[in-house]
Amino acid sequence: MPWTRIQADDSRRPGIFRSSHAVREISYRDAIREALSQALSMDPDVFLIGEGIDDPGGVFGTTKGLREVFGSERVMDSPIAENGMTGVAIGAAVAGMRPVLIHMRVDFLPMSMDQLINHAAKWSYMTGGRVKAPLTIRAIIGRGWGSAAQHSQSLQALFAHIPGLRVLMPASPYDAKGLLLGSIASDSPTVVIEHRWLYDQKEGVPEEAYIIPAGRGTIRREGTDISIVASSYMVYEALRAADELGKKGISAEVVDLRSVFPLDEELIIASVRKTGRLIVADTGWRSCGVSAEVAAVAAEKAHAGLKAPVRRICLPPAPTPASPALEQAYYPTFQQIAAAAGEIL
Amino acid sequence: MPEKIIESCSVTRLDILNEKGEADLSLMPALTDDQLRELYEIFILARTFDHRALNLQREGRIGTYAPILGQEASQIGTAYALDKTDWIFPSFRENGVLVARGYPLHMILQYWGGDERGIKVPDHLNIFTISIPVGTHVLHAVGSAMAAKYRDEKTVSMVYFGDGGTSEGDFHEGMNFAGTFRLPVVFVCQNNQWAISVPRERQTASRTLAQKAWAYGFEGIQVDGNDILAVYKAAKAAVEKARRGEGPTLIECFTYRMADHTTADDASRYRTKEQVAAWEARDPLLRFRLFLEMKGIWTEAFQKEVDEKAKQKVDEAEKTAESAVHAEPSDMLAYTYASLTPRQTKQMRDF
Ligand SMILES: Cc1ncc(C[n+]2csc(CCOP(=O)(O)OP(=O)(O)O)c2C)c(N)n1
Ligand SMILES: [Mg+2]
Repeated sequence: MPWTRIQADDSRRPGIFRSSHAVREISYRDAIREALSQALSMDPDVFLIGEGIDDPGGVFGTTKGLREVFGSERVMDSPIAENGMTGVAIGAAVAGMRPVLIHMRVDFLPMSMDQLINHAAKWSYMTGGRVKAPLTIRAIIGRGWGSAAQHSQSLQALFAHIPGLRVLMPASPYDAKGLLLGSIASDSPTVVIEHRWLYDQKEGVPEEAYIIPAGRGTIRREGTDISIVASSYMVYEALRAADELGKKGISAEVVDLRSVFPLDEELIIASVRKTGRLIVADTGWRSCGVSAEVAAVAAEKAHAGLKAPVRRICLPPAPTPASPALEQAYYPTFQQIAAAAGEIL
Repeated sequence: MPEKIIESCSVTRLDILNEKGEADLSLMPALTDDQLRELYEIFILARTFDHRALNLQREGRIGTYAPILGQEASQIGTAYALDKTDWIFPSFRENGVLVARGYPLHMILQYWGGDERGIKVPDHLNIFTISIPVGTHVLHAVGSAMAAKYRDEKTVSMVYFGDGGTSEGDFHEGMNFAGTFRLPVVFVCQNNQWAISVPRERQTASRTLAQKAWAYGFEGIQVDGNDILAVYKAAKAAVEKARRGEGPTLIECFTYRMADHTTADDASRYRTKEQVAAWEARDPLLRFRLFLEMKGIWTEAFQKEVDEKAKQKVDEAEKTAESAVHAEPSDMLAYTYASLTPRQTKQMRDF
């Protein structure tokens, strides 16, 4: 079992994205590609499957060239059957493989909901731990380019609702590599949600393989006046908002969830107790979403520490628009975060 | 430009034993007398178990139960064609398969009694979790076959589903994958003519279910599902073909669900007595017994011995199942993930 030999980064490193001094900088895209390549090299049971994953573009560059190295049996181009592919991958996982299922867009995953919810999520439980489905699903969310209602959703809350599934949302290249490797190493089925706008982000990423365990958030910036809890792309908007607030002498703390389920409740509670104020910024919708869960954790467990109402920055309750003008109105930015902070300070 | 036929398919139907127990000797599968005896014993055990489970349900001692009466030959004949290392993917009506593979009987009763520990499949049995969602497990067998092929293990996956299951997308996706990648999987469709109250004609306009395989580039065959010799022969050939790396096969076992869909159903509301009576005459056990009698294998004494053994096993299973101590509530959390989440760890302490 090659996976037990990899170093785990169990820390909630305070700070920032890593700078270039210690290690080479690579992009989020290359960090994912490197994780996949290392997983394929380390463990012959790992294989990738998805529609067109071996095409020259290679899923935004994240699978580029892997078929040439590992062959089409391990970098498998699949028939167009999302539900089928998921079920087949689950079967292979249960037979001892570690499949990585790749969906160009999270929007295609609703086709495999039965396989995920009724099968992958349930088997460990139903078989008293005998059957494991070590399955990783990479799904991509995004913003813009008129991708619109059926190609641009942010569905993390759907998966996070289901006991038996885990949902990770890396915001940085370091996390993208470590969370993906951690997910492939894990025996629980895991959905890793990437954001298209992050593929060009760069950060210092160690060359060797390492694992970030699920359920560990991180502090991106320390602060004392207000906590902004965010994930994925919204971490960057939160950091910009913190910059803006800093100019006004307000010290904002930015917490990156990294893991939507399991949720790092301790980190959220500690931050809220420290600052007394909470804004949650999510890439998804508000109703029954990740932001609701984070706010509930604060209400249930850090209530005495709260000095003001919680604010949530989410998508408006409407499908994603196609027109650029509507898109602009649709997606929240750092300005809304900063404005919300102004309301509760 | 003239029109021409560029592809056509034909569907074979295999019958070996008739209702009087007479066999077409030219088609006989290779089975020793000992194996025939063993098959008969399994048959009796499966039927005895099924009968008991129905009674236990009526007495309120287990929950809803899906009977297999009439389908035993389809189930036992196919399962018997597998090696121990092969994998089985059952649906909810495969108690005959489980019995044939030596699944602990008390665990089957626990399962139908609502105790999930009944499907914690013992490590030595390559049997997958029972799938209640119709047809959706077809894909898992295909994935397992993909893993076997990739790892160059010579194991075969066999998946069971009903006539109703063939209407699900998962069935078609699974068949397509298996054909495309020539995977070592055997699809066993028990066409028992009914999907609860929906008749076979309402599932598809195809004349046979076997022919669906041709669309996916491999062979489909229909067998008399009440003829254990025909079922075994077709299954053995399909398993060997898969093991040789020659790809999948679909076997349609043409049979009949003699009992209600489950104990929660009343089939007399939607099907005629005449139909049921016509199938009663084709009982799979009777003809097998007559065949064994003509071969000098079956005697009254043998029947008595087999009946007693079966009763003893089922009695014991009933006792073991009913004396099991209750599951711990914390089991709910213990197995939901491969390891506990932080929140679950706290909740475990609270139980
Ligand atoms: C996906 C799904 N849809 C519907 C049901 C409800 N249901 C349970 S059994 C059944 C009929 C299945 O018929 P068939 O596949 O012929 O199998 P049989 O019961 O005859 O063995 C239905 C519709 C279900 N369990 N799963
Ligand atoms: Mg049926």
